[in-house]
Amino acid sequence: MPAPNAGLLLDIDDVAKTYGSGTLALSGVKAHIERGSFVSLLGPSGCGKSTLLRIIAGLITPTHGAINWAGADQRPGDIGFVFQDATLMPWARVLENVYLPLKLKGVSLQEARPLVFDALERVGLADFAQAFPRELSGGMRMRVSIARALVTEPPVLLMDEPFAALDEFTREKLDDDLLALWQDQKWTVIFVTHSVYESVYLSERILVMGARPGRILSEFTIDAPYPRGIAFRQSTDYLVQCAAVTASLRKGPA
Amino acid sequence: MNGESTSRVTRIIAPLLVGLAFLLLWEGLVHVYDIPSFVLPAPSRIAESFWLNAGSLMGSLWITLKITLSAFLLAVVGGVGLAILFSQSRTVEMALFPYAIILQVTPVVSIAPLILIWVGFERTQLALLILAWIVAFFPILSNTTLGLRSADHNLRDLFRLYGASRWQVLTELQLPGALPYMLAGMKISGGLALIGAVVAEFVAGSGTSSGLAWRIIEAGNRLDIPKMFAALFLLSALGIAIFFILTLIEHLALRRWHESALRQES
Ligand SMILES: Nc1ncnc2c1ncn2[C@@H]1O[C@H](COP(=O)(O)OP(=O)(O)OP(=O)(O)O)[C@@H](O)[C@H]1O
Ligand SMILES: [Mg+2]
Repeated sequence: MPAPNAGLLLDIDDVAKTYGSGTLALSGVKAHIERGSFVSLLGPSGCGKSTLLRIIAGLITPTHGAINWAGADQRPGDIGFVFQDATLMPWARVLENVYLPLKLKGVSLQEARPLVFDALERVGLADFAQAFPRELSGGMRMRVSIARALVTEPPVLLMDEPFAALDEFTREKLDDDLLALWQDQKWTVIFVTHSVYESVYLSERILVMGARPGRILSEFTIDAPYPRGIAFRQSTDYLVQCAAVTASLRKGPA
Repeated sequence: MNGESTSRVTRIIAPLLVGLAFLLLWEGLVHVYDIPSFVLPAPSRIAESFWLNAGSLMGSLWITLKITLSAFLLAVVGGVGLAILFSQSRTVEMALFPYAIILQVTPVVSIAPLILIWVGFERTQLALLILAWIVAFFPILSNTTLGLRSADHNLRDLFRLYGASRWQVLTELQLPGALPYMLAGMKISGGLALIGAVVAEFVAGSGTSSGLAWRIIEAGNRLDIPKMFAALFLLSALGIAIFFILTLIEHLALRRWHESALRQES
């Protein structure tokens, strides 16, 4: 039995956020994230999921509390961030978009090229390196933005509803791809979603959030083994867990 | 495909036909009503005058072109440069922007005499250049400033996440994103530089400079109306050429990625 918190990556310490407009987006959020785990933030629209993710990334500062990192994992480039929409540079080709994080770190294109193609390979878009974002479908753009987050091989991956805009078919495929990558690389993934089914399918742990003010209502551990495939999606266990999570979303604070 | 090429041909042919019909009608009316050429010369008379005065007109065209182009290029350099400065410091922007507006809203005709006196009448061309620059500079400044500020918020965050320097944010994010705005400003400024150069020369009147505006004044004084028209046509042709060249540059720069340059596939 390892010592408690041996694998702790970060600790969300009583975080609150009030926006300039007066909106209390988060209040009293406490949680900890284990290194190498797959954690979902699940909650209805407007409950502060994006806000919390941005605070973890250091993009906005909380009005109260802090994010305490256990290691030296906050160096620039150690966090991969996937936004709610693809957020690509329209003037740059796919290759240049994925190269961006490395370029900003001063890596030459020649040196970066194999890494860029490796990242594109993982999302299945190596053939589209020379395309412009507008020439791709919405799902392909999203995959480019995932490749961009992967290219620095970050130990921590923050994803803000990355597949929300996609059809169910593509989404389930990307879910599986993501899980395969995660198992392969052993990153920590914090995954924001408003889909109960997606969160149960993907996560080891689910933090259920509620709105007004945004806070964590309850927590679930999904201990089905990985790899999870279609068999898990169709199992009774899966449906039971989904029902439990849904119930806690309905009920409010535990 | 077929529809597209038809519409492209129409875009060129239709205005040309209208212009030709207009000239023919003009020629016909002048002859039918026997209008004297010091009131309204027939197009054929204008062409003839153009041919006779080709030397002096082309020389003037060259001078006007030189002033316009230099003013335009300096406006691009100054406008983009100042916009970059503004994007780096809000304080500088707040301190300087009002003066840029003052420069813009003051009619060029009203400051022309002052500039002419300051620069000296023996250097009229320099005065014209300054005046044309003043007119051309503002659209580029204000458009580029807006463009530099319009960078996508999430992309900005992404750059921050990867520890981008100010310089990297400027060159990799803000400037490419501002390009469409800059080019739109340049299209306005190109025309304005020409207007500025011509208006300023009208105010300067006789001097060492002898651009197209001076040819118009000169011909007017001598009641040489056909030559006046010839100079006028040259001026329009120059304006149209500037517009088309800038439109072409815009198209070439943006066609691969920007919404404005995309043609909907159908
Ligand atoms: N920049 C901002 N300025 C002011 N208020 C904001 C800002 N961003 C978010 N908010 C407010 O904070 C609350 C939480 O927003 P947030 O974007 O974190 O929600 P969310 O859970 O991500 O929602 P969704 O699922 O729709 O993306 C909302 O009420 C929103 O109005
Ligand atoms: Mg959100």
